[in-house]
Amino acid sequence: MKSAAFEYARATSTAEACELLRRHGEGAKLLAGGQSLVPMMAMRLVRPAWLVDINEIAELKFIAVEKDMARTGACTRQCMVERDDALAARVPLLRQALAWVGHVQTRNRGTIGGSLAHADPCAELPLVAQVLGARMLLRSAKGTRTLEAEKFFSGPMATSARPDECLEEIHWPAWSWRRTGSAFTEISVRHGDFAMVAAAAQVSIDGDGRCVRAAFGVGGAGGTPLAFPKIAARLVGTRLDDAAVTDAAHAAATETEPGSDLHASAEYRRHLAGVLAARALREARERARSL
Amino acid sequence: MSETLHAVSVEVNGKPRSARVPARLSLVDWLREDLFLTGTHVGCEHGICGACSVMLDGEPVRSCLMYAVQAHGHRVTTVEGLAKPDGSMSVLQDSFCETHGLQCGYCTPGMLIASQGLLNSNPSPTEEQIRDAIGGNLCRCTGYQQIVEAVQLAAERMAKDGT
Repeated sequence: MKSAAFEYARATSTAEACELLRRHGEGAKLLAGGQSLVPMMAMRLVRPAWLVDINEIAELKFIAVEKDMARTGACTRQCMVERDDALAARVPLLRQALAWVGHVQTRNRGTIGGSLAHADPCAELPLVAQVLGARMLLRSAKGTRTLEAEKFFSGPMATSARPDECLEEIHWPAWSWRRTGSAFTEISVRHGDFAMVAAAAQVSIDGDGRCVRAAFGVGGAGGTPLAFPKIAARLVGTRLDDAAVTDAAHAAATETEPGSDLHASAEYRRHLAGVLAARALREARERARSL
Repeated sequence: MSETLHAVSVEVNGKPRSARVPARLSLVDWLREDLFLTGTHVGCEHGICGACSVMLDGEPVRSCLMYAVQAHGHRVTTVEGLAKPDGSMSVLQDSFCETHGLQCGYCTPGMLIASQGLLNSNPSPTEEQIRDAIGGNLCRCTGYQQIVEAVQLAAERMAKDGT
């Protein structure tokens, strides 16, 4: 359980990290919080020739809450995001999801960008990014580009980021309606483990209680976290009564293509997807109604 | 093969320590094998069991999921650093003895670091908060009940002493 030998470079700026990636090519990997990469290296599932450590890059650690979005630096620790009240007020799903992520010790070290770039289909933060339609800013020595979450997550543990790119910043859309509620829920073997299936939802309602915007999705039920914008759009104009919510959740569940493994069969995961999506939508609705 | 060595300077339990380490040396192996601070235990070596928890700049982290080279310029506190300056046990450590918060002792350093981390930021935690704080630490002996009691007792004692 010891990592294979590798060369190590501690980058002090994003530009330097990108230059190191350009120089060392596909043999290099970025080291952020290391809460997924280091165990994989200890088990020798990955053996990069170079590790480019981005933990000491101050410009990658920030939280900025703006009018219609919140921006987080990719190397911002999960514990910082969890504790930020202004951020929780504008993008509440982040704090709600982080309550399910790992443990105190891993959230103290783990980063937002690291979790997104690792792209575990059962992980909580990628699901939030997918449901909210977060935008990923990627930088390389050649320049920058922005990818929507939908384009960023390309498969299990796979993203569209090129080997020479560093995830720099994440933009989390904030909804403007006053009566906006969100919720995150999941089933896992033990609290803090990756989810068997997770669900996230966010809804906005007007003064009469009619839905004006809805988004929801599930993790662990396919190769990437899944959002269901077309099904969610059908909820707009309804009062989000239980029947409408259950219909939407079941329509989403039938679109999932989960796999079977030691922990759960595909059939059970699809069942959970429907149950948990409905639960997340109902909780989000109750929060919106209470405002 | 010869591996590149990297210079590190780390404040460990209040003392400056310097060394040259290969990049792949984990923080816990450096602490135990080079600094002989064997209080921190190595369990699973892949971030599941919590036995290797130490404080990095005052916050509990897993020392098997960090390379020693990454601790450069930071402060590390191990279980040895929790004791009082005269070497006697801290209020929390004494509370673990009082409530039988340990049996085999393997998880104890990690439990102490995790619960001290909690008490530092939240001096009067609820039972739920205590269970959440030690949620990343596995104990196969106690059933956790006496560990929770130890943290509750420590919180009560600290409130009384004003420490």
